[in-house]
Amino acid sequence: MSSNKKYWKSVEELNENSSIVEALQQNEFVEEIPTDEFLGDKESLESSSTTRRDFLKYVGFSTAAASLAACEGPVIKSIPYIVQPTEIVPGVANYYATTIADGYDFASILVKTREGRPIKIENNTDAATNGVANARVNASVLGLYDNLRVKSPMKGGSSISWDTFMSETTTKLKGLNGKPIVFLTQSMPSPSTNKLIAEFKTKYGNVNHVTYDAISESAALDAYQAKYGSRGLANYDFSKAMTIVSVGADFLGDWQGGGFDSAYTKNRVPANGKMSRHIQFESNMSLTGANADKRWPITPSEQKLALAKLYSYVTGVAIPGTLPEALDKAVNAAAKELSAAGSNGVVVSGIQDVNAQTTVLEINEHLRSKAFDPKTTIKTRQGSDKAVTQLVADMKAGKVGAVIMNGVNPLYTLPNAADFKEGLSKTDLSIAFSMKEDETSTECQYIAAAPHSLESWGDYEFKSGHYSMMQPTIRPLFDTKQFQEVLMAWTETSGSYRDYIKSVWTNGILNGSSFNKAVQDGFFVGAKSDNVVENAADATVEEANEEAATVLTGGTAARALASSVKAGGLELSLYTKTGLGDGQQANNPWLQEFPDPITRTSWDNYLTVSKADAKDLGLINKNVANGGLNGSYVDVTVNGVTVPNVPVIIQPGQAKGSVGMAFGYGRKAGLKEEMQTGVNAYPLYQNFNAVQNVSIKKVAGEHEFACIQLHNTLMGRGDIIKETTLEVFNTKDKKHWNSVPQVSLNHIETPVTSPDVDLWDEFDRSVGHHFNLSIDLNACTGCGACVIACHAENNVPVVGKSEVRRSRDMHWLRIDRYYSSEDSFTEDIAKKEGISGLGSSLSEFAELEDPADSPQVVFQPVMCQHCNHAPCETVCPVAATAHGRQGQNHMTYNRCVGTRYCANNCPYKVRRFNWFQYSQNDEFDYFMNDDLGRMVLNPDVTVRSRGVMEKCSMCIQKTQKTILDAKREGREIKDGEFQTACSAACGNGAMVFGDINDKESKVTELKEDDRMYHLLEYIGTKPNVFYQTKVRNTSKA
Amino acid sequence: MKKPYQSLEDNSTYNMKQVIYRSLTTKISRLCFVLLLTFSTSLMAQEGDPVKGKSLYNSNCAACHRLDKPMTGPALRNIEARLADEQGLDREWLNAWIRNSSALVKAGDAYAVKTFNDHNGVPMTPFPQLSDQDISDILAYTAEPKPEPVAAAGGGAQESAGQDQGGISNDLILGALVLMFGLLAMALIVVRKTLDRFAEAKGIEIPEEDKKLPLWKAFAQNQFLIIVTTIIFLLASGYFVYGYFMQVGVDQGYEPVQPIHYSHRIHAGDNGIDCKYCHSSARVSKTSGIPSLNVCMNCHMSISEVAPETLAEGQEYGVDYNAEIQKLYDAVGWDGTGYTGEAKPVKWVRIHNLPDFAYFNHSQHVEVGGIECQTCHGPVEEMEVMKQHETLTMGWCINCHRETEVKVKDNAYYTKIHEELSKKYGVEKLTVAQMGGLECGKCHY
Repeated sequence: MSSNKKYWKSVEELNENSSIVEALQQNEFVEEIPTDEFLGDKESLESSSTTRRDFLKYVGFSTAAASLAACEGPVIKSIPYIVQPTEIVPGVANYYATTIADGYDFASILVKTREGRPIKIENNTDAATNGVANARVNASVLGLYDNLRVKSPMKGGSSISWDTFMSETTTKLKGLNGKPIVFLTQSMPSPSTNKLIAEFKTKYGNVNHVTYDAISESAALDAYQAKYGSRGLANYDFSKAMTIVSVGADFLGDWQGGGFDSAYTKNRVPANGKMSRHIQFESNMSLTGANADKRWPITPSEQKLALAKLYSYVTGVAIPGTLPEALDKAVNAAAKELSAAGSNGVVVSGIQDVNAQTTVLEINEHLRSKAFDPKTTIKTRQGSDKAVTQLVADMKAGKVGAVIMNGVNPLYTLPNAADFKEGLSKTDLSIAFSMKEDETSTECQYIAAAPHSLESWGDYEFKSGHYSMMQPTIRPLFDTKQFQEVLMAWTETSGSYRDYIKSVWTNGILNGSSFNKAVQDGFFVGAKSDNVVENAADATVEEANEEAATVLTGGTAARALASSVKAGGLELSLYTKTGLGDGQQANNPWLQEFPDPITRTSWDNYLTVSKADAKDLGLINKNVANGGLNGSYVDVTVNGVTVPNVPVIIQPGQAKGSVGMAFGYGRKAGLKEEMQTGVNAYPLYQNFNAVQNVSIKKVAGEHEFACIQLHNTLMGRGDIIKETTLEVFNTKDKKHWNSVPQVSLNHIETPVTSPDVDLWDEFDRSVGHHFNLSIDLNACTGCGACVIACHAENNVPVVGKSEVRRSRDMHWLRIDRYYSSEDSFTEDIAKKEGISGLGSSLSEFAELEDPADSPQVVFQPVMCQHCNHAPCETVCPVAATAHGRQGQNHMTYNRCVGTRYCANNCPYKVRRFNWFQYSQNDEFDYFMNDDLGRMVLNPDVTVRSRGVMEKCSMCIQKTQKTILDAKREGREIKDGEFQTACSAACGNGAMVFGDINDKESKVTELKEDDRMYHLLEYIGTKPNVFYQTKVRNTSKA
Repeated sequence: MKKPYQSLEDNSTYNMKQVIYRSLTTKISRLCFVLLLTFSTSLMAQEGDPVKGKSLYNSNCAACHRLDKPMTGPALRNIEARLADEQGLDREWLNAWIRNSSALVKAGDAYAVKTFNDHNGVPMTPFPQLSDQDISDILAYTAEPKPEPVAAAGGGAQESAGQDQGGISNDLILGALVLMFGLLAMALIVVRKTLDRFAEAKGIEIPEEDKKLPLWKAFAQNQFLIIVTTIIFLLASGYFVYGYFMQVGVDQGYEPVQPIHYSHRIHAGDNGIDCKYCHSSARVSKTSGIPSLNVCMNCHMSISEVAPETLAEGQEYGVDYNAEIQKLYDAVGWDGTGYTGEAKPVKWVRIHNLPDFAYFNHSQHVEVGGIECQTCHGPVEEMEVMKQHETLTMGWCINCHRETEVKVKDNAYYTKIHEELSKKYGVEKLTVAQMGGLECGKCHY
């Protein structure tokens, strides 16, 4: 059946005479394809006899030839020194004691240098003045090799020479016609710098020095100053406190300069049945709150009243105001515990209010707290809000002639940055000493390129009488001069800054001790510098102690505090994160990728909201198909200032009615594009008050977070975290709170540690060394110093936000954070045990997945467990991972073919796969992509390439070095000589590394401890890493 | 260039023996020398012995004096005669000057003060230990006439000319041989052709041989042979391909041209300088270190020229050693009297390269293990140009770790481990492998 129907594909076909249709019948396209045009010269192409086959032959041949030629090894040149410095031996590390002081973090440290390059920061254990190096200090060595540093002095965006800089600025400084010169600096508790500034004042006359802390401790400083006369902060030694009550003080974080954690943890490990008790009242979930025995999530305004009430209950002075009943009870109970503890108790507070800080000082005096030490003044915070506010006003009024800034970035950190910018344009001369072309320095007339701490000389008085010495560990990488050198040039002081420091120290500080020794040690403990003030303080303290009653009867401060409480709406608490702090090191990829200990989120800041508030506001967090966490966006408004598009994280333990947001993010200037993450919280920091009333509006869109840990609770799995209370620990047998799992062998319950139930024959490891690592869950505060130390030691690459979101982070050491879903982990376990039947399991397991509103928190560092019966080793098809007799699970990168079987078979999920080439790859433009950044790499550890597996090696390069040193010196190895990067970085004593074949070693003792358990012991992997059961002091005094 | 692997073991032991022998001979000769000295002093009267004088001169004077060229101190050729002729100073004065020049200067002796001032006020090191006999020996040596320069430049040229002649004569012989064989072949062809012509002329029929199947066709038709040949061919090519790939990245015998022709043969061999004098970091570090130029200058500050005999040796290698020393001076910025401050670092070509993923520590092997440098680096003291002696492959490392015994004696670190391990393995001596030296993680991390 035929049809005459004509099918047409286009209207053109209906036109019978169309040339197009005709052309299309012949060719595929209507127009001739201009092949020849794009193939180049038509004639030569046609005349060429090269056929397609020939072409392929040539290509094939040249590829083969090229690959054969590539087999030739490259010619490597070696250039020895002309005159080798005697202290440098290629291949041998030198250590220098110096100081990191960037105005926010202060620490005495040791710097490991190789061939003259600083490559790692370690603790100066002799100088325990200001705690130990935190994560940021550990990471600061990378800041030295930052490619975006200012490489020479600049004027109006172009480089100038130091001669030009000096001559021009000196002329300008001298031609100010009496208008004041203002120094706006970070906190610099430096005797020599202060003397230099004083000399500058004498020479130039009208000079004003304003100290500015981006994150102000002004209230506490004012309170201390009012009470004791000098500007500083009272020192606290938590190792002397058995009962600690903190009202909003994140003293394991950056509270009042930080550095309190190592003393705190001394009493956190139960010894002789005793450990300290820590009660925390706070709104945001902080590191300190997470470590507390009892944590009360309360809003900032409740904190004020709670502190006033605490004062009232401790001293007996009546204070008006009422707290919610439950909270009142809690405060009362805390007060009773404090009173019972007496001088063993201590109260601290982070409330930014002079009255609150005065109240704290008064309570501690009343308690005669041993931990409270107002005689030793902490000097690492000196900023004054009033002075800064006054300066901005003066500048705006055009009253300031010159402003010289050192280490500050007010255009980023000031809430009223616009006012400052206006004022800056009205000054005759503006100079910024800065390492970066940041927000402020680019607006100044001159940028004085400043060196890094590791390239500078300096002296710091951390606490009165406790000095720390800074010496250069490398020649300046760029054409930089430090602030003090330029000050010396301006004041026409001859000599170097080192000589200047030496004269200041020999004449005022050392009191006859050797200067060279102070430089070698990196610290000096001497007489207190401000004797006059100190005597006054002494007198006041003694008076206060003697006549506590008379001083305190007033209680004016507490009363004023209580009356200042206003019932507000939603309250915002601004805080600093462990990773970025105040944001100075925002261009540091280690810190950007460092996961926050609490939220486990990297590369971001966010608004933390309680679950209840999130529900009210319609804010959500959800995990999408690839596991990544997504969160809503909100606009945050304080007094008409709006920070738009802030991502939201629902934070368990966040007090209802409060939200939190971290400083330090949202910087743009002087940062690589990858590092420009997060939102800037400083505009909300109005009047330098960290607590603000906010309004929050949900806006469209979802933010993609990069979380390292996606699971929040343990779901009652007690074999991961073993936890008990001090009461049970003291009264019951080990098997009640730390029992070894049993398996059935011939219907007889047998402990898994028994060789009878083992699949494998035990290898005799009794000869030589056998390394073990003990991790004490009681002493670990989750601070993360070990994580960064591990990065630095082991050349761990940074992979970037999107890769972290895909769970491709390369961290060899992670600190897992778990929340309990009930009030405590024990209740979680009980709930899990009680589940029976399908219906119950579905609903109750789902409930176990959600953390409680006020959960308990626990931190657990997890790295390769170096199992003696390692599941990864048996599945490797090429034997790239094998066991050493010293207990280390070796990973041979050059043997690995990247099957990833081992990672699949690892029960601890500690193996990391190189999905990409992370070094010298433009796609991963972090420190390993430029020559400067690669200078930080440890030459003793291989930089892994694409397609191989890697993991914690238990710092085999360090253990091998210790062994070799001993062999060379022909001696036995003492306990404590073996260290891993993490155990050396841990100032809290949570990580102890050593040789268990040395029966005298500390780690052997810890292995015999009742609290010892292995992670997932029931699977019988026999790890060489073990943990100490967490004990919580829930007992009421 | 590449030596077969099996012979390495023999080689190294041979070298070690050689080293031992050499040190033995030097010891014996030294002993003889000392004996000779003690006897000869008593035997010989005031007449100087130039032979002994040379040795004394080299050990005491050569650091600052040359015979024919002023250095730190003045030139010493014929010094006694010159002093007597020009200044009228006698042996007494010389003795006093040599034993304590400063005293003479202090005493205000005119020529002493002049000499002292002429040499930038640098006093001569006093040699009170030299006896009168010693001094006369030295002076006898300095009084020897200057050797004819033919030995140095002219001699070298002659020698090289002789070498060239030798080369030509060899070529001549070869050429003559080729010519002879060629003539012989020609003659044979001519003879055969002539015979053929004779046969033709005489009408003798040369019987034609039966046309057999050509060999290659027979071969092609025999399937068995083809299969066997193919298998052999494949095996052989497999062997060679494998061999080729296994040597990729192995640079045994790598002998690059260096920016300065530095002869280990002269330094470590002839002069017997200890390897670790220059490569000192081998004792403490993972790298043996290329010596910094200041180490070279420790000696070369006073050695600006090599001995004529050494210079002649250099001709064999086509090197002018004095020019090479000049290169060092250029690099370090030394103008003969002082440093100019204009240094040009030397870019040596690295010979021994391990991949980044292999960790090797020199101090472990040299200091702890007590292994001779030659064990891995070969007979360096015989190498005019340094080259990579071993394969430096992992198999080579492992073999040595399997066989080498750990030096546990007098090392407190090993005491306990040794005791326990020897009990465990039932052996007295432990190999590196038994100590765990074959574990991957000992070298790869």
